[in-house]
Amino acid sequence: MLGLNKTDSKFLLIVILLTLFTPFLMQPFAADSGLDQFNGGYPDLMQKVAIFGIFAVGFNILFGLTGYLSFGHAAFLGMGSYAAVWMFKLLTMNVIPAILLSMIVSGLLAVIIGYISLRRSGIYFSILTLAFAQMCYKMAYSVLTPITNGETGLQLSLSDPRILDGATESTSLPVTNIFGLAMNSSYKLEALNRVFTFNVGFYFCAIIASIAFYIAIRLFRSPFGMMLRAVKSNQQRMNYMGLNTKPYTLAAFVISGMYAGLAGGLLAAMDPLAGADRMLWTASGEVVIMTILGGAGTLMGPVLGAGVIKYLENIFSKINESVLHSWFHWLPDGLEEVVVWVFARFTGEGWHLTLGLTFMLVVTFLPGGLVEGIKRLKKLTKRGQKPKDKLDAPDPEHTPPPSKHVV
Amino acid sequence: MDAILLQILNGLDKGSAYALIALGLTLIFGTLGVVNFAHGAIFMIGAFCAVTLSRLLSLSFETVDPTKTDFLGNPATIKTPYVEAWFGPEFGSAMIDWAVPLAIIFSIPVMIAVGFIMERGLIKHFYKRPHADQILVTFGLAIVLQEVIKYFYGANPISTPAPEVFKGSFDFGVMFGFDPNAIIYPYWRMVYFLFAAVVIGAVFSFLRFTTFGMVVRAGMADRETVGLLGIDIDRRFTIMFGLAAAVAGMAGVMYAPILSPNYHMGMDFLVLSFVVVVVGGMGSLPGAVAAGFLLGILESFASMNEVKSILPGIDQIVIYVVAIIILLTRPRGLMGKRGVMEE
Amino acid sequence: MGILEVKGVGKRFGGLQALGDVNLSVQVNTVHAIIGPNGAGKSTLLNCLVGKLIPDTGSVTFDGKSVLGRKPHEINQMGISRVFQTPEIFGDLTVMENVLIPCFAKRDGAFRMHAYESIEQEPDIVNKAEQMLIDVNMIEKRHMTGSSLSRGDKRRLEMAMCLAQDPRLLLLDEPTAGMARADTNNTIDLLKQIKEERDITMAIIEHDMHVVFSLADRITVLAQGTPLVEDTPDNIKGHPKVKEAYLGETQEV
Repeated sequence: MLGLNKTDSKFLLIVILLTLFTPFLMQPFAADSGLDQFNGGYPDLMQKVAIFGIFAVGFNILFGLTGYLSFGHAAFLGMGSYAAVWMFKLLTMNVIPAILLSMIVSGLLAVIIGYISLRRSGIYFSILTLAFAQMCYKMAYSVLTPITNGETGLQLSLSDPRILDGATESTSLPVTNIFGLAMNSSYKLEALNRVFTFNVGFYFCAIIASIAFYIAIRLFRSPFGMMLRAVKSNQQRMNYMGLNTKPYTLAAFVISGMYAGLAGGLLAAMDPLAGADRMLWTASGEVVIMTILGGAGTLMGPVLGAGVIKYLENIFSKINESVLHSWFHWLPDGLEEVVVWVFARFTGEGWHLTLGLTFMLVVTFLPGGLVEGIKRLKKLTKRGQKPKDKLDAPDPEHTPPPSKHVV
Repeated sequence: MDAILLQILNGLDKGSAYALIALGLTLIFGTLGVVNFAHGAIFMIGAFCAVTLSRLLSLSFETVDPTKTDFLGNPATIKTPYVEAWFGPEFGSAMIDWAVPLAIIFSIPVMIAVGFIMERGLIKHFYKRPHADQILVTFGLAIVLQEVIKYFYGANPISTPAPEVFKGSFDFGVMFGFDPNAIIYPYWRMVYFLFAAVVIGAVFSFLRFTTFGMVVRAGMADRETVGLLGIDIDRRFTIMFGLAAAVAGMAGVMYAPILSPNYHMGMDFLVLSFVVVVVGGMGSLPGAVAAGFLLGILESFASMNEVKSILPGIDQIVIYVVAIIILLTRPRGLMGKRGVMEE
Repeated sequence: MGILEVKGVGKRFGGLQALGDVNLSVQVNTVHAIIGPNGAGKSTLLNCLVGKLIPDTGSVTFDGKSVLGRKPHEINQMGISRVFQTPEIFGDLTVMENVLIPCFAKRDGAFRMHAYESIEQEPDIVNKAEQMLIDVNMIEKRHMTGSSLSRGDKRRLEMAMCLAQDPRLLLLDEPTAGMARADTNNTIDLLKQIKEERDITMAIIEHDMHVVFSLADRITVLAQGTPLVEDTPDNIKGHPKVKEAYLGETQEV
């Protein structure tokens, strides 16, 4: 399909189906089941899952393939948001020009940051990208205030020119749209005792995410992707084979920066607001965590990681002590208190603690992330059926399919 | 002239904190070869040691004073800290007043224990893993430590005052023949700088003049060979980790009066300290210290109004700009050794 | 005029004169061996040829053009390939991918995106890579990852990667170091086969005299950073100066 082999087509189909049916998948509990509050099928969360999926897929192109660990990708996310909001203010509320500009601007920023940072590798590269991102963050709060509107953040206002949209008499702020179809409009379907929300904004993000994922597959399977993995494996050999690694890593850096810019632009398209806190290095850390948790260097990993983290974040933040009490009310009184206390530390406000611990456990015991975990589970269930020769079953992630030309 | 001296002095306290954290980072990196993103969290835990001790010392019991009444007419209750009851009012209140310096004694065993637990429990397993994995796992650890502190102490900064004697400022300039009131410098900052100088001196002499330090330095240069000599280098490195943690912890304790401890101060300092380490040269102890003071002072100069009027906003980003320039012109940093962290 | 001309090259590390006034001329389509006891400066010399080190004095020209001051990848693009003492391959990639990379690179060495086509869409390149693997007898291992190969296989793979570039000069740094006898003999056969089938010049640095005398057309003996003799293998055998350098006769010191 679309120039992809069987495994990759399967991945692409999975992602497309997952995104198409997200409104159902994230609404697993019936309205009267008492678990209703853990449904995630409302537009805001679904959009975030798709957008952070794009961010993580893009980050994975750099980290997963070349092994360069950037701690500054949030700079591109923030830059994308600012660019998009400016487009909304100046030109039109249509989201297409906005996200295009987001990608271009963050791509340019990535060229500059990448060109300088990629002169060094390893830990130095991480620190350099971190330094650049922090610099952007600090500048957004100080020198660049005319552009970024400082701590208030960049917002729409009624007096914005919006050249293409023309003047309106409306007294309320316009909404982002795609050729007239408002991003925040939704269609609700009530069935099976659940309310399913189909949101225009989400489907817009979902389509873009699918395209972004498709491009990522093509990149992974292309000779370019192979070169990037070779850079990760042995730079010295690359050099002594007449290959200057810098253009390859820079191209990867810029592509992944544009993915991040696209994600930032989409964030602004869903909610036309941009603040410098999107550039803070903890935001860079978040995308690192998503990618690693899902499985760096694999195609599905970042998608899984972004989805799992955003969904769990939403659920965990909602579990407060009263919810826990209702869950454990059947326990004897003293024990109930203890159990609730323990769980309360990891839920609600404690979500970051859970995230940090999970992340540590994954890095320590499952460096390949969730994808590796799934593979191991598969192996466990398959064991006893038929032991497979290692040679016959090459790892599909890293092996090009056998070619037709083999003698 | 006095303006320059004033900026240098203003840069010293921040520079001292950078230098102390960077020193610990470099010790860990040089000995264990581990890039520790949780080092800022150790600094933060140190600062919270000061908070904890000052809270412990102010633990009070209530007594009813029948001779007085409060504004509602009820008998007034008086809070008396236990320490005042135990050691007499004067000595007791002095102890509360001196909580921050006392916290150093309290923090050393705590920080060494934290360091040992971190090294034995987690970092030990990452010696042979790539640097990226080390960064990631210690980054996770930093988040966890930060959240734990946030749970116990809340999200707001907790002001932790210095002893009464060191409050206020003194006219530093007069001592060196400048005009009165030209250079006013807070006492505590001076104390912090002197304290940092003593700690740095102690660490360097420890490494320079003791057999233990000699072995560690040899281990930093060539771990394998030292291991082959039949020296249990791992155990010594564990101790070095504890020492690095203690240094960062003490830096945190003493910094508490300057910056009210909050749960994310570790992360804020970590980013800057890493920049310091890289500027100084990965694996170079003198480099880390020199770069710490240098960047602290540069930051202070950049915040001068004269400089800001030429380059607006430079005070916010000067450290990063300098770091980027140095990394590009001197890839190994100011005093970096060849072959450290180079692929 | 040889294809590789080394004139008056000297290199000093602090107080140690690693190389002093080395002159060397490698003729087209010959196998030139550089031998010498430990510390004679063989590796330093090789590193000067590929751009890893820059000599303090002298000149190195390949095909009339100076290689000094060029980066390793630029020197490689001139037509010099290097086989390392410990095989340098892409451990995370499969054997096939290992060979595909130089096949893609050799077109012009320059950066090509190739980002939107798949590998199978380049049948010429795939065919060439397969042919290289057949040549070194590795085709049935094409799906194995590089790091899982035995040392001998890694060496073969590295050789295939270098040959895939059609280099004009192949530099070999102790190609049989640390190999079992059988593997050494296989390597010698492979190199002989390469020499016969291709128009290629080889410069070999080697300890193992068996390898040197079975392959070399000319031999340079290096001792203490300077060339002692340069001659044909037959003349080198039993040369007094060579004996002295190897057996450590001490009259001179």
